[in-house]
This record gives sequence, C-alpha cells and structure tokens, in this order.
Amino acid sequence: MSKERIKIAPEFFDIMPPEYQDLVQRATYGKEDRGWKDIGTAKELIEEHSLCAGCPESMAFRYILASLPNPEDTVMVGSTGCTSLVFPMVAVHNIHSLFGNQNAIASGLKRALTVRFPGKVKDVVVLAGDGATVDIGLDMTLQAWFRQEKFTTICFDNELYANTGGQESGLMRKGFVAKMAPIGKQFEKVRLPEIARESGCHYVVQCTVSKPSVVERVIRNAVFVARELGPTYIQLYTPCILEIGKNSMEGLQEMRDSEKPTERFAYKEFVSEPAKQFLAELAAKEKEKKAAAKQLASQEA
Amino acid sequence: MAETKSLIGTQNKKGQTYTDPRRMLFEAPRTPSFYTGSEVIKEAIRRASCDVMIAYPITPQSEAAALIGELFAEGYIGDYFRGESEFAVMSQCAGAAFGGARVFTTTAGPGTMRAMENFPMWAGARLPIQMIVTCRGINSPLSIQPDTLEISYLMNTGMLVWHAETAQDFFDWILKGYMVSEEPDVHLPLALCCDGFFVTHTKDVVQLTPADMCLPPYDPYRSPVPCMDMECPPVRMMRDPFIMKSNYISYATHASWQQEIWAAVERSRKHTIAWLDGLIDAENTDADIMIVASGTAVSQGREAIRMLEDEGVRAGLVKVKTLRPWPGEEIREATKHAEHIFVPEFNVTGWLAKEIRATVPNSDRVHAGPHVCGGMTMPPEIIVSEIKTTLGMRAVSLAGRGS
Repeated sequence: MSKERIKIAPEFFDIMPPEYQDLVQRATYGKEDRGWKDIGTAKELIEEHSLCAGCPESMAFRYILASLPNPEDTVMVGSTGCTSLVFPMVAVHNIHSLFGNQNAIASGLKRALTVRFPGKVKDVVVLAGDGATVDIGLDMTLQAWFRQEKFTTICFDNELYANTGGQESGLMRKGFVAKMAPIGKQFEKVRLPEIARESGCHYVVQCTVSKPSVVERVIRNAVFVARELGPTYIQLYTPCILEIGKNSMEGLQEMRDSEKPTERFAYKEFVSEPAKQFLAELAAKEKEKKAAAKQLASQEA
Repeated sequence: MAETKSLIGTQNKKGQTYTDPRRMLFEAPRTPSFYTGSEVIKEAIRRASCDVMIAYPITPQSEAAALIGELFAEGYIGDYFRGESEFAVMSQCAGAAFGGARVFTTTAGPGTMRAMENFPMWAGARLPIQMIVTCRGINSPLSIQPDTLEISYLMNTGMLVWHAETAQDFFDWILKGYMVSEEPDVHLPLALCCDGFFVTHTKDVVQLTPADMCLPPYDPYRSPVPCMDMECPPVRMMRDPFIMKSNYISYATHASWQQEIWAAVERSRKHTIAWLDGLIDAENTDADIMIVASGTAVSQGREAIRMLEDEGVRAGLVKVKTLRPWPGEEIREATKHAEHIFVPEFNVTGWLAKEIRATVPNSDRVHAGPHVCGGMTMPPEIIVSEIKTTLGMRAVSLAGRGS
C-alpha cells in the first residue's frame, strides 16, 4: 500500500469522517523517518485505546506503532489478551485468531505475502502477551524461530495473565504470590531471550518501555533484521499496574526500577554475526544519508 | 491487484494454461489413470493453482501430504512446509489465507480433533481453505483404522463438509470445492472427507483432466472480508473493543455474525448443486426400501441392493454428497415413498442416521445401521442381513462366511 492509495476523492472529502480526513492528511504512512517523536504531532496509528489509565502497555503500543519502518505494508498479528483490546483501534491490518497461535498465523501470513508480492516488502510483526508467547503458544513461538520465519515477535511481558485477572504465567518471577500461585510461583522466570538466541533468532532484546528512543531503535532493528535475515524477538516489560498493586502514575517508575543493571529487566541484547554485519551496514548508510543531508543544508544556507 | 484481471488463457510458470473451470471440468478430454486416492489428491492439487500447502504427518493422510511436497519441489505450489502439530498447521493455513493465498492441507482422525479450535475460527474469519480429511479412528485405545466419527464433530463448525465416495469424487470435488468455497457469497472453508485407506490407499481408475490445464488463481479481493495484506486502506474498526463490553450490541454483533456464517453455508447450496449435479444422487426412489449413505458406505449399499435384487427384494439408494449444506429437502423427496430407510455407517454413533431422522417425516422409518466401527469393513451382506431381519425375512448367518 502507499499513502497515495488512501486519498479521498475531493468531491467527497468533506463528508468523510473527520478521523479519516485526519488520517489521510496527517498520517505517517510513507514517511521514511517517522518515529516516536511524531507522537502528538502527526496522526498516529492508534486512536483512543481502551486499556487502563496509565497502562505501560499503551505506551509500548504507541512507541511500537510509531517506530514501524513500513506501516503502510506491515501486518500485525495479535493474540487473546489486553493487546486484542487495542488492535481494533489500530490503523494497520491486524489479525486475531486464537490464543497462543500467533506465531503460526504469522508463519502462514508471511509466506503467503511473499508468494503474492515477490517484488515488494511486506513486514509481519507479532505482538502478544507473555501467556500467549511463552505458555500456551510456546511450541509455535519456538518452531517459527527454528524454521527461520522472517518476522518479528514482540512479547509484552507483564509477568502474569493480566486480562484474565492476574494468574501465574511462565514469565512470572519465582516466589510471586498470584492467583493460581497461592504459595508463590514455584519455578524461575522462563529465560526466553536466551532461548530465543539458541533457537535461531538473529536479534534479541529485553528491555522496558521507559525510554521511547530505545524502543524505537530496537523495533526498527528487529523489523529490518527479520526482513533480511530471519526471526527476531523483543521482550518488553509492560507491567500490569492493576495486578501488581500500583497506581496509574507508578507504571513508569516501576519500569525504571526494574531496568537497573542488577534487576530482572536490565537491558539485554543478543545479535547474531550476520545481523551485526547487517546492522553496521545499515548504520553506515544512515550516517551517509545524514551527512549528505547536512551538507545539502549547509550549501543551501 | 493483478489477481482481479482475467488470466484465463494465459500460462503459469509451469506452462499450465489457466482454464475456465467449467471447460476444464465438464468439457476437456479426460485420461483414465490407475492411481491410489492419495495420488489422485496430488493430481488434483497439480491442477488447482494452490499458493500454499502446509503438511503434517499422520496416517493415513501422510502419503498425500508427502506427494504434494513433490509438487512443490517441481514448482507447482507457491510454498510448502511441515508444521509442528495439527493445531499449528491449521493456524498456519489460516495465516496464509488471511494473507490472500489459496490454501490446501490434509489431516486425519486425531489430527482433526487436535486442530478443532481452528475450524470455527476459519469459518468465522471467512477463510476458504480446503482441507482433506482422511477419516480414521479418534478414540482410545489407539487405532489407525478407518472410522468416520470425526465427521460428526466437523458438521457444526460452520465449514462446508462434503463426503467423497471414490477417488473420482475426490479428484473432481477438490477442484470444484475451490469454486464453491471461494464464491463471494459463500467464502467458507471446506472439509472434503473420505474414508481413510478405503479411498486413500486403494487403486482405482480415475478420469483425469489434462495436466496442462489448471484453475484460475484465487482472487482474495472477491472476499466478503478484507484481505490482510495492507493493499486496502485499513480502518480503525471501532472505538471500543469488540468482545469485552457485555452489552446488548456486543451480543447482537456476535450472534448476527454466527447466523451469517450459517446463511453462507446455505448460500453455497446453489453453487454446489451446479458443480456436483445435486447434493445427492438417488436411484430407485419409488422403492419401499431405501438405503441412505455417504462415503464408501454408499458403495457397500450399492452392492447390497444388487444382492437384494437377486433375492427379489427391490431397494433404492441415496448417496449423500454434501453434509453441509445438508440436503434435507432432497432426502425428504427421495425417501417419500420409503417404508424403511436404512443408514449404514462406518462409526459407532450413527451421526448420519440422526441427521436423517431429524429430516424426514415419520422418522421411525429410519433404521440406524448397520454400524461398523474401529476400522472394521462393512460387507454388503451385513446390510442385506439388517434389511431382511427388519422385514422379517430369513437371513443367512454371516459367521459361516467368516466375515
């Protein structure tokens, strides 16, 4: 798709819903350098969400959508949970099918898009919670990585089943008392970033969403690497403030506290050798582009 | 959107000509070939212009899935891979169909059951995936033998469900199935069932269409729901999530959607009648005794009728070709003169007999049986014996035949 295709016939412009007019006039489709700084200044891909006030997941959603390098040709796959409450309000094609099968859906989807559009880049991005990614859907998550499927998997890790009321999940930390973990969780938090690395992911990052610039960088890297090399995985801490007993305003601090070097969400990054080389080339090109733009600006001045 | 242009008369990368399906299936010359059912599935898919096939091994469908892998290696299919389980495979099929591909897969027995959550989702998402179901035993203790119990579970998923009797049915119905299920007013998945081993692993003479003709490709933009490829502008679907508001609108939305799925099943009727020449085949409909069956039980019923004729008993036959849509009116008409309706089945519960009992007036005419299950064959003598016993005629003991 391109922004050209969502133009409204001039005769009908004024009768179109204001939201649609706004989307056409100010969307960030087709804008190569779009990023989190466009949030609030340009039309975003997410409207009023229905998540809880102060939910870090809503921040993560905005940063991710603002960071997609190619939203006009990106399809997202979600799963049952709080993510499925937001997707109906996102202006990117998105699929919700069943709980936990998101990486299987994405496998078929990416392959179909590759068959149908051999000369075009179509990005597929999976976005699901920790229950869908690590518990019920773990076999499909891992097998997609083993098969080297070319899409990005993003896990909103809130360390529990938020949407169904705070039950124990595989990513919950050991000892945490939760519904269905009445004497505290009995085993360690599953080390999915390490498993992802060993399963063939070319680019793996674990972080919080306290810093939008970090989220933007890793999402763009993950999408670019997936497009060229193979599977990538991003695990984002998006605490469910409701279920861990925090107030609406405390989500950001919870993430800052959890990302300290000794804490469980300290920034973690694994990059395969081919991905390192690819990202270095990408950075060099970016540098060249910026230098050229700077030179042009100084000439014009 | 190249797919929207007519490609009929042009060639694909394998040199096959995209052919008007009616010409290909009703007018083109046919060549007799001696093939197993699994090989026939391969030959049908060779001509089906499939974009994606996803495979998983389970007896007795493995051979068909493997043979289609050969087609992929030869370049007849866009993509092919082995999934990790039937649940995953059906999800992968869904993903490919969401992305606008013509999709094919196969399964059997326990695999059908493992994947079951996907099927109402396929129907609800209006994904015209075709799935071959090579029926076998599903319950413990383990069995790999033919048994059609799994069909009863498929019938309420919202999918189209057809039941092939022979390998020839298979060849024709695979191709015709896509034509029906991809109609914009239908756009539903199709479970094309057969009795495992009896059809898949036996050889038969099958009349094949020319291998250099193939179906026109699927056009995903004729779908009644948006294709998930970002070629059409996306819209934010709603301000509130679709399921979490426990209010009347939410309930009504979901209820009306479910009703629409079943309305689409009914709308498939007219297309199916045109392609399959009716939802049933019937013969001797003026007889007092009618055998109504689907799948290979039809063949056994046909032989039983011949044997009964030798003894001066006249019986008729209804071959039920489609279970969804259900040919209720057709069965009522074909059995209106019958005093006795016998329903031989390869399963223990008698799901077909239950459907027929719910369909015809004076349902005490319907004799649910004979049943065989667990993989046992159904000698036509069993059907003859059931009929003669019901009529008060003397029946020869079958034990003496060693059957």
